[in-house]
Amino acid sequence: MRALRFLLRKEFLQLFRDPAIVRLLVMIPIVQLIVLANAATFEVKRARMHVVDLDRSTMSRGAVDRLVASGRFVASEASGSTAQGDDALMRRTVELVLAIPAGFERDLVRDRRGEVQLLMNAEDGAAAGVTQAYARQILAAYAAELQVRLVPAVAVGRARPEAPPARGVPRVEVRSRGWYNAELDYRHYMVPGILVQLLTIVGTLLTALNIVREKEAGTLDQLNVTPVSRGVFITAKLLPLWLIAMVVLSIGLTVARFVFGVPMEGSLVLVCAGAALYLVAALGIGLWVSTVTETQQQAMFVNFSILMVYLLMSGLFTPVSAMPHWAQVVANVNPMRHFITLMRAVLLKGAGLPDVAPQLVVLAVSGVVVLAVAMRQYHKRAD
Amino acid sequence: MSAPAVIAPDAPLVVPDGAPVVVRGLRKTFGATVALDAVSFAVAPGELFGLVGPDGGGKTTLFRILTTLLVPEAGTATVLGRDVVQDLWGIRSRVGYMPGRFSLYPDLSVEENLRFFASVFGTTLAAGYDLIAPIYRQIEPFKDRRAGALSGGMKQKLALSCALVHRPEILFLDEPTTGVDAVSRREFWDLLDELRRSGLTIVVSTPYMDEAARCQRVALMQKGRVLAIDAPDAIGSRYPRPLFAVHGLPRHALIEALRAFPHAASVQPFGDTLHYADARSTHPADAVVAELLAWVRGRGITEAWAAPIAPGIEDTFIALMGEAAA
Repeated sequence: MRALRFLLRKEFLQLFRDPAIVRLLVMIPIVQLIVLANAATFEVKRARMHVVDLDRSTMSRGAVDRLVASGRFVASEASGSTAQGDDALMRRTVELVLAIPAGFERDLVRDRRGEVQLLMNAEDGAAAGVTQAYARQILAAYAAELQVRLVPAVAVGRARPEAPPARGVPRVEVRSRGWYNAELDYRHYMVPGILVQLLTIVGTLLTALNIVREKEAGTLDQLNVTPVSRGVFITAKLLPLWLIAMVVLSIGLTVARFVFGVPMEGSLVLVCAGAALYLVAALGIGLWVSTVTETQQQAMFVNFSILMVYLLMSGLFTPVSAMPHWAQVVANVNPMRHFITLMRAVLLKGAGLPDVAPQLVVLAVSGVVVLAVAMRQYHKRAD
Repeated sequence: MSAPAVIAPDAPLVVPDGAPVVVRGLRKTFGATVALDAVSFAVAPGELFGLVGPDGGGKTTLFRILTTLLVPEAGTATVLGRDVVQDLWGIRSRVGYMPGRFSLYPDLSVEENLRFFASVFGTTLAAGYDLIAPIYRQIEPFKDRRAGALSGGMKQKLALSCALVHRPEILFLDEPTTGVDAVSRREFWDLLDELRRSGLTIVVSTPYMDEAARCQRVALMQKGRVLAIDAPDAIGSRYPRPLFAVHGLPRHALIEALRAFPHAASVQPFGDTLHYADARSTHPADAVVAELLAWVRGRGITEAWAAPIAPGIEDTFIALMGEAAA
């Protein structure tokens, strides 16, 4: 144990002597979270709208006003024909065209239903989808206000004059659902996931690079000719990196709370316990990478190749239920997936220990398994 | 020795009492490359033992097996009476190893490196200070400098200090002077002499013949095989033919002339001079010199000089390598 103490002292000495490490530790969580959380959102703000109001009634103006008042839309252009609206889409001066046919108010009063047409530039399909969803939501609210059924006919077209969106396309029932509030929660939902991803990158990469650096420098051999056992060596390597990752998590949680206002409904102790267990697996992956590579460059490459698969199969960016069966099986043994689940459940829903106990068990087991495999690989290396 | 062959047929391995290193029939391959092949030798207590040979001779592989970093495929090796495969922990705390490449922490200072390596052996810098003092004192003025910023000679002294600080019973030095200037090299070997006099067994490898001459015994290694083991002088005297130093200009013409001489056995350049071996072992030296000078003069080299010399270790080594390749 004396040897462990000296090795630990040496590790900390080296870590804090490296100015890049200290800087990275603080900067990575802050910068990454801010950049990723803002980039990974589909929120649409102030979409420019071309208004073709052929009805010119109180109710048609009301519809336009509601859209503009939401802050999501700006009525930047207006004209008397949809053809001009198409042109505007083509020129990309607007993102959508709102066409209100003549007789809109009359139909509303007489038949208690009216039609509006939305044309949008769907070059960016995701943005168009969100824009459309906002518009429908706002119009549905307006319809509810008027105590009538207002049915917008929605046409999603590309900004191409030879394929003008036809009028009278299928009618879509507007139903107000929680999905439309997703935007509000979106970052609350994404930030914990991004934080897990960050922790994974820091944990695996730092570990792999740190150990491979000793290989490159020949100091690993030098240490192997001392009475220091491999268990002690690995413990001395992993413990400081584990602590560093926990610090990154703390900084990340602080940013999440105070920059993104992510709710922290549940116990942070539970989050830290999950992270503590999860990091064993993450560091184990880094250790394994270090055993199969000889240079930092190789380690970097192998590590990122593994991380890509690992991240994509975690359910962070794509729902696991959309994956083929075999991928779902893989995703279910992916500790990252379970840690993300735990983070979201505890932070957003305020889940307690009984709720996330299964996740904690999976994390603990995967940590032990990954570390055992890596240690075994590490021992084999000598021959 | 009667035959011109210098490679001794498999002589029985003589193991001195309490030999700190005994190697029997060691073999190690890396893929198709045979790094070590049937290597056997024993080192006597307190001996300065040299492994001499060109790069790729298997010296580093041998060191890595003896320091428990590699496992041999066949054969056995014991260090301080302990088997390198079975009893590696008994060996690791008692040997000092200095790899061929600088292998200390470049981001730690001189003193931090030294203290660290002392501590992992369960000792302290103070406890080992008197042993390393002759070496460490020379780099002590730079003890706060990072090891990566040291010059080659200083790095090497630091590495030796780190290998010695836990008072090992045997020291393994893999090409300790490669890439070091001539003065530092000489100083380094003076230090090794001092350590040997204090009773420490040292196994050192080197590609330099002048350094080999400072060992008590050397094993000549080439392509994973030991060609000969003996004291440096004795190895020199194994040379099977009369040897002459020849000097003359132009040099390349002289080499060609000597090689064309009917009784020439070998002609090797050695610095400024050429070493000429005559195939006739009983011919008087004076007569050979006279014939040689007459021969080269007849080929247009008027300024030539020749004299009989005692063969050195390098002469034998070159002859051995030629035989081994044949």
